[in-house]
Amino acid sequence: MLKIENLHAAVDGKPILKGLSLEIAPGEVHAIMGPNGSGKSTLSYVLAGREGYEVTEGSATFAGQDLLAMEPEERAVLGVFLAFQAPVELPGVGNANFLRTALNALRRAKGEAELDAMQFLKLARTRMKTLGMTDEMLKRSVNVGFSGGEKKRNEMLQMSMLQPRLALLDETDSGLDIDALKLVADAVNALRGPDFSALVITHYQRLLTHIVPDRVHVLAGGVIVRSGGPELAQELEASGYAGVQDGTPSKRSFDGSPVAA
Amino acid sequence: MPAVTETIETVQAVTEGGYKWGFETDIEMEFAPKGLNEDIVRFISKKKNEPAWLLEWRLKAFAMWQKMEEPRWAAVTYSPIDYQDSHYYAAPKAGPKSLDEVDPELLKTYAKLGIPLKEQAILAGVEGAGESPSDSGRMPIAVDAVFDSVSVATTFKHRLEKDGIIFCSISEAVQEHPELVRQYLGSVVPQGDNYFAALNSAVFTDGSFVYIPRGVRCPMELSTYFRINAKSTGQFERTLIIADAGSHVSYLEGCTAPMRDENQLHAAVVELVAMDDATIKYSTVQNWYPGDAEGRGGIYNFVTKRGACRGARSKISWTQVETGSAITWKYPSCILQGDDSVGEFYSVAITNNRQQADTGTKMFHIGRNTRSTIVSKGISAGRGQNTYRGLVKISPKAHGARNFTQCDSLLIGDQCGAHTVPYIENRCMSAKVEHEATTSRIAEDQLFYCRQRGLPEEEAVGMIVNGFAREVLKELPMEFAVEAQKLLQISLEGSVG
Repeated sequence: MLKIENLHAAVDGKPILKGLSLEIAPGEVHAIMGPNGSGKSTLSYVLAGREGYEVTEGSATFAGQDLLAMEPEERAVLGVFLAFQAPVELPGVGNANFLRTALNALRRAKGEAELDAMQFLKLARTRMKTLGMTDEMLKRSVNVGFSGGEKKRNEMLQMSMLQPRLALLDETDSGLDIDALKLVADAVNALRGPDFSALVITHYQRLLTHIVPDRVHVLAGGVIVRSGGPELAQELEASGYAGVQDGTPSKRSFDGSPVAA
Repeated sequence: MPAVTETIETVQAVTEGGYKWGFETDIEMEFAPKGLNEDIVRFISKKKNEPAWLLEWRLKAFAMWQKMEEPRWAAVTYSPIDYQDSHYYAAPKAGPKSLDEVDPELLKTYAKLGIPLKEQAILAGVEGAGESPSDSGRMPIAVDAVFDSVSVATTFKHRLEKDGIIFCSISEAVQEHPELVRQYLGSVVPQGDNYFAALNSAVFTDGSFVYIPRGVRCPMELSTYFRINAKSTGQFERTLIIADAGSHVSYLEGCTAPMRDENQLHAAVVELVAMDDATIKYSTVQNWYPGDAEGRGGIYNFVTKRGACRGARSKISWTQVETGSAITWKYPSCILQGDDSVGEFYSVAITNNRQQADTGTKMFHIGRNTRSTIVSKGISAGRGQNTYRGLVKISPKAHGARNFTQCDSLLIGDQCGAHTVPYIENRCMSAKVEHEATTSRIAEDQLFYCRQRGLPEEEAVGMIVNGFAREVLKELPMEFAVEAQKLLQISLEGSVG
């Protein structure tokens, strides 16, 4: 399970997370919602180990291991997967090559046999079919020239191939039409089981009608200000974050943009 | 940024340990006395039992060289070379007369260098092995193995002879095909072309000779593997490839040397001639010892490579992967004489630690509708310095000539340098010349993305660099592309934390 206690983190010396605590039991999917700048992406980067996100206090463990002491690739081996909000382009690196190298790096680290090209292709094609992706996307450079929707699907392809134990989805729904949104939800739901946990970061309730979370948390000002069941998401959709920001009355609407008084 | 600090620290910590070809072969050698003078030129010529005209040719080159000055325009710095403090001829004492007699030490050497087993079977003279297309379905590769100053073996010669193809050492060609050598030697790179070409013309020892007859498509890759082994020795390779009308050949050269604290000189001349409708594809995987992290030792690679597209619709394509050498000074060029002829230059050059590379190409457009493409990828890490230097020259009569040049530089760390020096001389109104250039760094988000998916940092860098160089690597013959990718990764070993 994922256990975060009193987590403080800063970027460029500026505190972003200010004492966040959260527990996700195995098999559970939690959603984190909150206005822009509340620290949602920071949380996912801190958990995945991105450089420049400095933990100043607190702890985060997964499956009993100290995540914060590990290199990003070690966390990946442990089963942490981050679906990027803005998937990164790797010019000249073939998508198939990238995916197979990643998969085999994980398998190698776990002492499992590596997949050869044929085994890999067979597996990848099955998964791609489910995600409505064509073979041609394997031949292109990683995320280069991909549309927004294609990038997100590619993230989901990676996730379904790498079979993580903890998936962090950082606004994977942003910019997706309803069909793509359903495919993303299907990919996550397909992994759901006793040995899979997920933290779904989103602005909108609509993703959570397809991935029904066990718990919903509201992040504001670097701390969780409210937690509840799936119904909380609907409530927020209706009323916005105004009532939940850390003590200070908000002049911001649900999507974070200022509202006219 | 911490990544950069880490990168630099690790680069500094790197030793020559990453170079996997740095061993030395213990074998009885015969040397010319140290030094360079007319007697040495005569000594080499006599050793090779050369006809009088070739000795004259060498002596003329030597006279020219003595009057010339070492070029200083390249963006490389090194202490003066003492040309008298080197051997200009070094050969294993028991020079083999046939493939059966190859010294076992040499066989071991090539085994360690990873020359494919089939070819070793050939080197050892095992009857039949490798002389037929291999059972694994892999295309055979013919190899000429040059060890210091002499070719020690050439494989698949007889097989190639059936198609009328001549593939042998240049020393042998001088004996067996003197008329061809005399006709073409120096016809693309004249003796007095430049300082290092003049030096080479005076003291060249071995290299390969290829002649592809009219209309023949060479049935296999031809390659030469250059190995410097002896101490205090320079290697002066001379290669000549002639593709007659309508023929096609793909040729690859590879090279390695032991790790030593001294700098050794490799001054080569390569000449290519392509007649009407002929194609020559020339690939290089240059992996000379690059010196250690502090810049001690390593090969000085001063090389003149030039191809003449003499015939209409002929094509010469250079692909180079330059990972080794302390200093690389090399500009594989094309003289596009024939109408509609095509010149290409694809280059990846890596400089890590204290390596310096000044490399590029020259495209001379003379014929009508001649086309050239230049794609250069420079990768600098550690304290490496990487310069692309190129010239596109279009003569007044080259109507409809076109050139496209793309130079991309990738920087790893903040103590390395990348420089682009493109010259364009266009004297023809109807010609079209395009130049694009970029400089970038490996982005932190790219590294993080790869690592988040489970790739260790070094593997991630290797993958990103290979992606950066892909346009060039895909030009290599498939068998070598894989090797080259590994090599890029090894060359950057220790360049990240």
